[in-house]
Amino acid sequence: MTLHEALPLAVLASSLVPGLIIFALPETWVGVRTALNLLGAFLKLALVGVLLAGVSAGQDYGFRHEVLPGLELVFKADALALLYMALSTVLWLFTTLYAIGYLEGSPHRSRFFGFFSLCVTATMGIAMAGNLFTFFMFYELLTLATFPLVVHRGTPQAMKGGMIYLAYTLGGGALLLVGIVWLHALAGTADFTHGGYLAALGEAHAGALQIAFLLLIAGVGVKAAIVPLHGWLPQAMVAPAPVSALLHAVAVVKAGAFGVVRIVYEVYGAGFAEFLELLAPLAVVASVTIVWGSWRALFQDDLKKRLAYSTVSQVSYIVLGVALFGPVGAIGGLVHLVHQGIMKITLFFCAGNYAETLGIHKVSQMDGAGRRMPLTTLAFSIAALGMMGAPLTAGAVSKAWLMDGAQAAGMGWAIWVLWTSSLLNAVYFLPILWRAWRQPAPAAWPEEHIPAQGRRETAWLLLLPPLFTAAAVLVAGLYAGESWSPLAWAQIIAEREYGSWAP
Amino acid sequence: MTDPLPWLIVLPLAWGALAFLLGPGRGGALAIAGLAVQTGLALILAGQVLATGVRVHPVGGWGAPLGIDLAVDGLSAVMLLLTQGVALVLAIYARSYFAGARPEGFWPLLGFLLAALNALFVSADLFNLYVTLELLTLAAVGLVAQGGGAAQASAALRYLLVSLAASGVYLLGVALIYATYGTVSLATLAPLINGDAPLAVWLATGLVGVALLAKTALFPFHFWLPPAHGAAAAPVSALLSALVVKASFYLLLRLWLGVFAPFTVAAGWVLAGLGAAAILWGSWQAIHARRIKLLVAWSTVAQLGYLFLIFPLLGSTALALQAGIMQAVSHGLAKAAMFAAAGIFLKATGRDEVDSLAGVAGRLPLTLFAFALAGVTLMGLPPSGGFLAKWLLIDAALEARLWPLAAVVISGGLLAAVYVFRVLRQAFLLAPDDSHFHPVPRSMEWAAFALAAASVALGLRGVELLQLLAVGRVT
Repeated sequence: MTLHEALPLAVLASSLVPGLIIFALPETWVGVRTALNLLGAFLKLALVGVLLAGVSAGQDYGFRHEVLPGLELVFKADALALLYMALSTVLWLFTTLYAIGYLEGSPHRSRFFGFFSLCVTATMGIAMAGNLFTFFMFYELLTLATFPLVVHRGTPQAMKGGMIYLAYTLGGGALLLVGIVWLHALAGTADFTHGGYLAALGEAHAGALQIAFLLLIAGVGVKAAIVPLHGWLPQAMVAPAPVSALLHAVAVVKAGAFGVVRIVYEVYGAGFAEFLELLAPLAVVASVTIVWGSWRALFQDDLKKRLAYSTVSQVSYIVLGVALFGPVGAIGGLVHLVHQGIMKITLFFCAGNYAETLGIHKVSQMDGAGRRMPLTTLAFSIAALGMMGAPLTAGAVSKAWLMDGAQAAGMGWAIWVLWTSSLLNAVYFLPILWRAWRQPAPAAWPEEHIPAQGRRETAWLLLLPPLFTAAAVLVAGLYAGESWSPLAWAQIIAEREYGSWAP
Repeated sequence: MTDPLPWLIVLPLAWGALAFLLGPGRGGALAIAGLAVQTGLALILAGQVLATGVRVHPVGGWGAPLGIDLAVDGLSAVMLLLTQGVALVLAIYARSYFAGARPEGFWPLLGFLLAALNALFVSADLFNLYVTLELLTLAAVGLVAQGGGAAQASAALRYLLVSLAASGVYLLGVALIYATYGTVSLATLAPLINGDAPLAVWLATGLVGVALLAKTALFPFHFWLPPAHGAAAAPVSALLSALVVKASFYLLLRLWLGVFAPFTVAAGWVLAGLGAAAILWGSWQAIHARRIKLLVAWSTVAQLGYLFLIFPLLGSTALALQAGIMQAVSHGLAKAAMFAAAGIFLKATGRDEVDSLAGVAGRLPLTLFAFALAGVTLMGLPPSGGFLAKWLLIDAALEARLWPLAAVVISGGLLAAVYVFRVLRQAFLLAPDDSHFHPVPRSMEWAAFALAAASVALGLRGVELLQLLAVGRVT
């Protein structure tokens, strides 16, 4: 086995192996568990760094293993995979740190971190999957690994949320499987290729390919929470805050959105999908989701639920970008994959901080929280402004490229969709900021768990992760033009997917 | 070295008889040693089949038509491997399970059961197959009955009656064939039987088929299975669900592909229809079962249904046979693991309702993990042998443009998810304060886990199994 084959496997192993060891650790071995968690996270960071350097220098990394005759497990770390892997690995490190602080002293932590590590393994597998078969394998593994995290608290309410989550995701998985096997029967299981591999089938199978597309998109659409398949996401809010952060920013919804990207670009090919008249309907569905999610968010008093509906809306920005035929929209969608991740994870970290520190769960309880927790609220504000697409933030970059993409694709109406969503974002985020910064604090907080000590408004492990990710929101916005920015990487990918491309 | 083939039959008979002489409750270590050797022999045999193709062993030097032939092809080798492997792990499990309980006839009966199974998988004539099937039934009924409670006795009796009736019907079919052709050797019969066969042969085919369906507990002949598998001791349930019902399926499959091939076109649809009904009805009952072992037993009824979906496809694509055997093997491993896990829950909580599982996630994480992994296989989720089986089956169905079959496979997987997660969900709930758990030997937990892990690992290494399966068929 060469180094180029071993590296993708090492990326998987760097979270799988610590995870399996953690399962076996006694509950009380906090130090060993933490060390293993961080060792895995940093090791993965280093490995992904090596891969990033290699891929930008034009190297190929991949591994194949035959499972059934003619059916292979294929991993390849290409530019698109690395966009998602880099996002996951960085945010995983922060989420792990945050979770260590968040869960301090609570029961079943070995189990929690074990499944947590399985989750990141599944995410890496999804990112590196080189064909639909491999993608499906890790897509379902992700479902199974997240379920114990969603129901972690073991309360009847958590169980209910978990069961709804399962019903949606397993149902979606079944549709996806039918679509994948159908394509396998039609075209064999080919590797993901730039420009897709189905165009060779031509017009003869147009009808079958259209239905298969519907099945595949419905399958991944469940995790991407595309309306009307989004019902599980607000219910899954019963999970602990680090899990919500993970579900919304990195793992589950992103896996769905990433699936849409792979299916459109590397199975069908953007050109062939456009030829089959699949992209316009997808853009319409994404637009409906964007507006509907934002609209529903307006009416949620529960902070995490409001954020959940916001996720429904924001993830479909990615889908919209993919559906806008042309490289400009593609760049907007791809870069939003990263930008939405860092913004949304910040918001969920902050929501967790309010709940853990002061017992604040509802928007209506937010009065004066900014004075008691200025740093957390600052991070929250930056991410919220990013969601609205305010200048200088990462969100502004995504929105600008998406709007240009809509213009270039001749879908002017999509620009209005984006403006409407930004407006609605402002309507549901600004009142929170107003309450937090400008309203007087109540006489007593709902349930103050962590008292303030000097400048320390909450536990360090809870405070630092959102501050870092909020800073990242600004950096990604301010330095979007640099060669190391997510934007630059998204441009490389779009260039490869669309072949010849002039900026 | 001498041929490993006959030893696979002689060895279990020998240690079974020795265990009987040693007296009740003894002979466990002997059985484990014997099974370990058998597993090695099965591996050697599989290697030989892979290297040199079909092996025929004329017993005592007298081959067919005068004497008896034993024959091993890829299909037999796969079944032999599955049987020895599962039985070895279950024997280790059973030794701890029965520790201190002096199981009356478990070890001798296990020996006879294994001898019968192995003999069945290598037999090459219809009458020999009848004898092994009969031996198998008697050993299995004895195993269900031991334990001696009223529930076990009545379940065993019902099982015995169904099995004996089925055996009688099978024997009648064999007699009709012998009367027509004057031979029972499969190899000799194959070229003789064709679509113009006299009515008696058609009738015989039907009789043999129905008898085997009843023994495999295909819907609507499934009624004896849930009480028998639900009432028996956990290691016995595991053996029955994982291996014994597969034996009659194996036999049906072998006859279908071989001597009965001329008659099978229309009947394939009947079997697939019954299989679909079994999947839906068995899953439905599992979803509503109150006791955990009954849930697992009903799941067996459902999972056996998949084995029969392949019959209409067997003629058109090689994928169908691959799907069937992949399902048989992965279900064998997973169901053994699931019954083993259920037995551990039972021992630990002292109760057998699904509702009494609250808190198990904290107390018995390894066992619950085993149950969950086995569940992954049964649901057909990747990576697992069950997933590959479903993939092959859907692939075969879509290739033949049989959408309803694919739909049944998919909905069966979702229904399985409902009953598997019913258990997992309960296990993740917090334990009530008054609950207390009895300690369970680690060897039992690891045995359950090993079986479950094997069923999942199969999902990453399907190639070797299919290679072995592809080695020439004995007709």
